[in-house]
Amino acid sequence: MSRLGEVLERGDELIITGEAPVIDGGTLADYEAKLAELAPWCDAMNATDNTAAHAHASNVAMAIAMQRLGVEPILQVVCRDKNRIAQQADIMGAALHGVENVCCLTGDDVTAGDESEARRVFDLDGPQLIRVASSLREGRYLSGRSVGTPPPLVIGAVENPGAQPFDYRAQRAAKKIMAGARFLQLQICYHPERLEAFVSALHAGGWTERCAILPSVVAVKGAGPLRFMDSSVPGISVPAGVISRVADAAEPAEEAYALFREQCEHALSLPGVRGLHLTDFRKDGSMARLCTDLGIKPRSEREQHAHHRVVAV
Amino acid sequence: MGLVSALEHVVKKPVWDCRMCGQCVLHDTGMTCPMTCPKTLRNGPCGGVREDGHCEVKPEMRCVWVKAEERSRTLPLMPQDWRDHFNNLRPPVDNRLKGTSSWQNLVSGRDKVTPAGWTPEPAEAEQAEA
Repeated sequence: MSRLGEVLERGDELIITGEAPVIDGGTLADYEAKLAELAPWCDAMNATDNTAAHAHASNVAMAIAMQRLGVEPILQVVCRDKNRIAQQADIMGAALHGVENVCCLTGDDVTAGDESEARRVFDLDGPQLIRVASSLREGRYLSGRSVGTPPPLVIGAVENPGAQPFDYRAQRAAKKIMAGARFLQLQICYHPERLEAFVSALHAGGWTERCAILPSVVAVKGAGPLRFMDSSVPGISVPAGVISRVADAAEPAEEAYALFREQCEHALSLPGVRGLHLTDFRKDGSMARLCTDLGIKPRSEREQHAHHRVVAV
Repeated sequence: MGLVSALEHVVKKPVWDCRMCGQCVLHDTGMTCPMTCPKTLRNGPCGGVREDGHCEVKPEMRCVWVKAEERSRTLPLMPQDWRDHFNNLRPPVDNRLKGTSSWQNLVSGRDKVTPAGWTPEPAEAEQAEA
């Protein structure tokens, strides 16, 4: 089973996942350098699937590259670009290379990217894809045809606690958990009260015992990226007050870090939250700074501690 | 297109903007056609819904699923189990049925045929509430 799967199974340890930078050309060595800041803190990192509908090196190739560099990948699979046959082929193909973590998403529309004229697919939707991945793990393709040796997939999904209809989002998350999701990476949310309501509904329903909730937090350097997310990233809204807090600060970069840290602390304080999904747009040592500030140990130390504990018991 | 599917189209197109997927789930989705969602999602709203409740793809249109969710709670005269089915996991679309009559497919049971590897939800799913 994947390392992420083992941490999930142990039940109570902190989980940190990270968004791996996309690949647009270059070599494995170049990529290793790009992963270096965030990777040591993460249990696993997302091998993204054409993020925001922009073409990049494919999810499967990226996951294999990460695997070779000693970073555990989470194969992200979206429904926008491929039909059910190709999606199953990607999951099985990556599993051949030892990629066992899969995160199933509906995906941004083609209009979010730089090739809006492309045909959108959406043969399956996110919840259906989770179910199909579960069925591969159980030993059969969607057609019913048997998978010789089923891959021990660790299946996850995403949900957006900050998008309408707010009261329904936790039920939709529960639907994904029932379909087989064991971890949920939440969309970045600049409305703490929405995140709180979402997590507390899941916690009250007992869903957080079956599924690790990982709110996403992104580290940015100033107000520019906040404005960009607000205007251009589907499903993310950043309140004007949050933007001006950073924009009007004496040191915007420092204020942006303070905001990032606060968001991480707030998310981790919510009962039912298992960890964080981190994205780093600062690339200035902020990941190490955050983890030091919050007392989060590097992944290798967390793992050693867990093994030590298991042996001790 | 057969006589029945033509009749179905005439009735359902003006009222629900029916796309003739041939496997109608209107009763489970607040009498709101999920095939009018630009992503043709059958299982609820994507994460791209705008702050004003409008569609990520068509900003001028209210999100089909925001509408569906609201209607599944508020539409009068709807049987309770139609409301309860809103959060069910609906199977992938059978693309072979496009253009056929969902009325005929309902009567024949054809619209309930799913791929052999599609497992039904566990029983607890029916009652699930977050």
